[in-house]
Amino acid sequence: MITSRRIDRRPQARSLFDRAIVTRAVADSFTKLDPRWQARNPVMFVVEVSALVTSLFFVRDVIVHNQTPGITGFDLAIALWLWFTVIFANFAEAVAEGRGKAQADFLRRTKTDTQARKMVGGNAVMVNANELRKGDLIRVEPNELIAGDGDVVEGAASVDESAITGESAPVIRESGGDRSAVTGGTRVLSDYIVVKISSNPGESFLDRMISLVEGASRQKTPNEIALSILLSGLTIIFVIAVVTLGPFSIYAGTVQSVTVLIALLVCLIPTTIGGLLSAIGIAGMDRVLQRNVLAMSGRAVEAAGDVDTLLLDKTGTITLGNRQASEIILADGVARRDASVAAYYSSLADETPEGRSIVALAEQDVAASGNGKPPAGGTFVPFSAYTRMSGLDLAGGSSIRKGAPDAVRAWVRERGGDGASVLASDVERIARAGGTPLLLAQDKRILGAIYLKDVLKPNMKERFDRLRAMGIRTIMITGDNPLTASAIAREAGVDDFLAEATPETKMGLIKREQSSGRLVAMTGDGTNDAPALAQADVGVAMNSGTQAAKEAANMVDLDSDPTKLIEVVEIGKQLLMTRGALTTFSIANDVAKYFAILPAMFVTTYPAMQALNVMRLATPQSAILSAVIFNALIIIALIPLALRGVAYRPRGANAVLRDNVLIYGLGGIVVPFVGIKIIDLILSALRLT
Amino acid sequence: MTVSGWLQAVIYFALLCALTKPLGIYLARVFSGERTILSPVLAPVEGLVYRVCRIDPKREMTAVSYLFALFAFSAVGLVWLYVLLRTQKFLPLNPQGFDNLTPDGAWNAAASFLTNTNWQFYSGESTMSYFSQMAGLAWHNFVSAGAGLAVAIAVIRGVTRTDVKAVGNFWADMTRSLLYVLLPVSIVIGLVLVAQGIPQNFHEYTSVTSIDGMKQAITQGPMASQEVIKEFGTNGGGFVNANSASPNENPNGFTNLLEMLMMFAVSAALTYTYGRFAKDQRQGWALFATMSVLFIAGFAGSYAAEAAGNPIVHQLGVSGPNLEGKEVRFGAAASTLFGTISTDTSTGAVNSTHDSWTPLGGLVPLVNMQLGEIVFGGIGTGLYGMIVFVVLTVFIAGLMVGRTPELLGKKIERREVQLAILAILVLPAFCLIPTAISILLPVATAQLGNNGAHGFSEMLYMFTSVTENNGSAFGGVSGNTYLNVVTGIVMLCGRYLFIVPAVILAGSLAGKRSVAETVGTFTTYSPIFVALLLGVIIIVGALTFVPADALGPIVEHLQMLQGKQF
Repeated sequence: MITSRRIDRRPQARSLFDRAIVTRAVADSFTKLDPRWQARNPVMFVVEVSALVTSLFFVRDVIVHNQTPGITGFDLAIALWLWFTVIFANFAEAVAEGRGKAQADFLRRTKTDTQARKMVGGNAVMVNANELRKGDLIRVEPNELIAGDGDVVEGAASVDESAITGESAPVIRESGGDRSAVTGGTRVLSDYIVVKISSNPGESFLDRMISLVEGASRQKTPNEIALSILLSGLTIIFVIAVVTLGPFSIYAGTVQSVTVLIALLVCLIPTTIGGLLSAIGIAGMDRVLQRNVLAMSGRAVEAAGDVDTLLLDKTGTITLGNRQASEIILADGVARRDASVAAYYSSLADETPEGRSIVALAEQDVAASGNGKPPAGGTFVPFSAYTRMSGLDLAGGSSIRKGAPDAVRAWVRERGGDGASVLASDVERIARAGGTPLLLAQDKRILGAIYLKDVLKPNMKERFDRLRAMGIRTIMITGDNPLTASAIAREAGVDDFLAEATPETKMGLIKREQSSGRLVAMTGDGTNDAPALAQADVGVAMNSGTQAAKEAANMVDLDSDPTKLIEVVEIGKQLLMTRGALTTFSIANDVAKYFAILPAMFVTTYPAMQALNVMRLATPQSAILSAVIFNALIIIALIPLALRGVAYRPRGANAVLRDNVLIYGLGGIVVPFVGIKIIDLILSALRLT
Repeated sequence: MTVSGWLQAVIYFALLCALTKPLGIYLARVFSGERTILSPVLAPVEGLVYRVCRIDPKREMTAVSYLFALFAFSAVGLVWLYVLLRTQKFLPLNPQGFDNLTPDGAWNAAASFLTNTNWQFYSGESTMSYFSQMAGLAWHNFVSAGAGLAVAIAVIRGVTRTDVKAVGNFWADMTRSLLYVLLPVSIVIGLVLVAQGIPQNFHEYTSVTSIDGMKQAITQGPMASQEVIKEFGTNGGGFVNANSASPNENPNGFTNLLEMLMMFAVSAALTYTYGRFAKDQRQGWALFATMSVLFIAGFAGSYAAEAAGNPIVHQLGVSGPNLEGKEVRFGAAASTLFGTISTDTSTGAVNSTHDSWTPLGGLVPLVNMQLGEIVFGGIGTGLYGMIVFVVLTVFIAGLMVGRTPELLGKKIERREVQLAILAILVLPAFCLIPTAISILLPVATAQLGNNGAHGFSEMLYMFTSVTENNGSAFGGVSGNTYLNVVTGIVMLCGRYLFIVPAVILAGSLAGKRSVAETVGTFTTYSPIFVALLLGVIIIVGALTFVPADALGPIVEHLQMLQGKQF
């Protein structure tokens, strides 16, 4: 199901600065000037009000023909650059939303009005998709769109899910088991299925997906709110500092114009992070989406960055899903033919890759014995997480079981047999080697052991090393016995493992980790996983999984690739780091701005103040204007960083902190000195001030 | 600067370091209710206090009840001192026959001593009766220090606890502060000061004729007992106007050293106590290191400026350090060291006139206060002030490492950031806004001793000092009804509006579960964290005041270099 050749037909493959997205964003930057929109962001709201007030002062200058040389042009320049500051911030947000909006448009086109065959008393009635309610049954024929989300209750079909996942290879959806979920808007290619609808109109997966990618239901995440509070607090502090400077300067005998005070205020409040904050959040969600993971909320992505413990299913995540049967080891006194036939019968109806590989292995012996067809009237007993066995109950009362050794031994004991020590050393040998031993039994007798070989996915060890460097512990979850589990755990390089896992022990492990203060993330797909997915702090459900799992999780991986969780954790961390880095940068910028603006304000009254003009800026007006221009342009300059996130390498927290303090803290102090000086030189060269 | 000058500072700092651990352990034991060396004597007294006052020391309070208890206690204290000062003429122990204070004067003094500010518009020796000094001012010198210490302990508990709603019992903390910390030290050191020659009597002032034939009244009274708690409780209100510059309050170099040690002793020790409560001494030493860096930088700055002296004076042929307004027996080093310590803490005691320091030298005490008095800081107040900055720093640092920030394993979230920023807002709001209003009101500017930039410095210094409950004055400002009333209000706001969010913040942290520490968690004791904490303190705390300072001491300094004087 997971192919490396993914043909991506959705518009999300576009670059961040795709022309269409940028054009649309420019237009949005102006519509977002609406004060009701700006009021959501206190820092930028202050800038917008400031821009408005300075514009009014410019208008007054024009009307009363202000005679102060150069003042009209100065007021206009400040007003314009303050408007630019707001527009640049709007632009950052609009670009961040761009890809999501384009994708939402695409999904909306998918969601055309579909007709559905509703099953009423065994007959199919054609109805509109929007008339379907939870619990309704619909029948879907080849080349028809599935009208709503639901579970397959009858039949099996290959389904094209590319509209949702971007994956062009069709997938099998069938009743029962863990591949029963279908999504509205996907297309049946062959065969027919009957689907039990699981969502009401407007609440479907596609609806949720549209609103998520579009950001319509975007709410500020807890961490974003906390940061907004900090930024608002800093803004209030600087409003106090600047407003009181008015009276101070009156006492000093150097009355400052409102425009100059406003310029100082806007330079001091944290506009850089304030202007980019929402863009960072939206871009973080978008990066998750680029990986084909649908996060149900920004909160979940943030929580992913905090994860301490990662529970990974062995099968499909650490090892390739298909374990191969490589050998059947016979118990004493059992004929090869008998064991092979029993293995073959018990696996014929077993559609798992392991089952098929057993059939393939036993086929030759069976053909030689001439017992190719199983006796009629047998009932297949499917594998379950509780019994950890599967098999066949024959019509004559005899039963065959294959499964986990301890489970099979217990089953034999129940039937009055005693297989306690049969093949014990072989089972142990297989397990030690990292393989999975299965025991095969018929009624009271153990016939043999089947050696299933596990195949590790490539590069897993490196990924676990990365996680360890970030301080995240990985725990492998497996139904295998402890010996097998520890061999594979060692080989794969995970920190710990949970062997012979049942839904209960898995849940217990999550709760234990949580009660010792750790945040737990896990992936899952089966209905059995739903409670654990809900309990985990970050639960990622596979799109191929059941509806129950998808509903319990707070993320859905459209590619159904369990290793994706690792990337989501990195994105979550990167999201917070980007916020922190730009906050530090923004606050550190203030030092240079003081040196630019304060001497300019007071140099006429106190010529001694010229000593503080360390940047040797040409004139007071060009000093103030340069600071304001720098303040606006730095937003534009940092948009790529805000949208892509800061560079992230998995390392210990103290090393990350040291580097980021050096880059964004010290850099934040130095960069504006250089930037303001350059702008001042340009302004003087152009004789603009 | 001289070697002997620096040697004084080095010896002082070495003694402080040596004192921090034993006193820190002692404080931790006292406030955990464990046995201490003084328990055999004091435990029965403590028990008696609890029985008489019907206090169950084991019954802990939530943050809000703790604050209610503090407020109730403070309100009674405010009214008591106000009534006392308004009626001292009719009360005993008034040999000089001083009159009652005016309503605004009594209000100002009551607010001032309640809040550990000890801002004094009056001269103690010509205003306060001995009874007022002892039953009013000294009482508050003890309990305002005790309250600060209690709040700090409550905040420490809150920050270091896990999954508990309560932060301690205010009445028990207050009782222990007084009984185990403030009283015993005051008695012992008070006797040492008496031995060094500080008066302790109820006599009338002695009238003498000095060598040059002038008549002089030698002020005296119960001075030594006041002196010790003035410094130890970081109060700073002098018995006499000259404060620790007076030979009767601070007779010699040894008492000067002792008084300086007393000011920092508890505040420095509390960093160790914090580490002990956190079960990780590195946490405490990180705070100690942060404070030490700011302390040493402040001292070096002011000492360099004072030792360099005034170029205008140098041109007149007088070389050497700036000694205007300093006691020659202390000199530039001991004067700037005392002034730095006094404004790092909320003491505000002076052994020289800050008004007469050079502009940059005088900027240091101002900046010390504008940092929020967290350089060791006032008794208790310094520690909880620093913890507020730590919370903000942890938040910013945590974001930078890509994890929801944690302090001692507890997540710093929306509520904690909100409370921390509310506390930080108090200083700029109550320092800058009243300064801005007053600087335009003739009723206020008429009281300034100077005009121009220096006059502005005086006004700014005054409101910074009262907001931060320091109480030191730049000198030059004389009180009137307007200033008495306004500064009284500002002192109350500066203290209590900070305490409220700080204690609620601690309560909020106390209720949190602790998350496990991994390599993904940054440590709050690494040098890089200390550096970041310093950055946040300077940029968020002090840079706010740069525009105001630029119009005061900074422009004065630049003008001095150009030959202008005030």
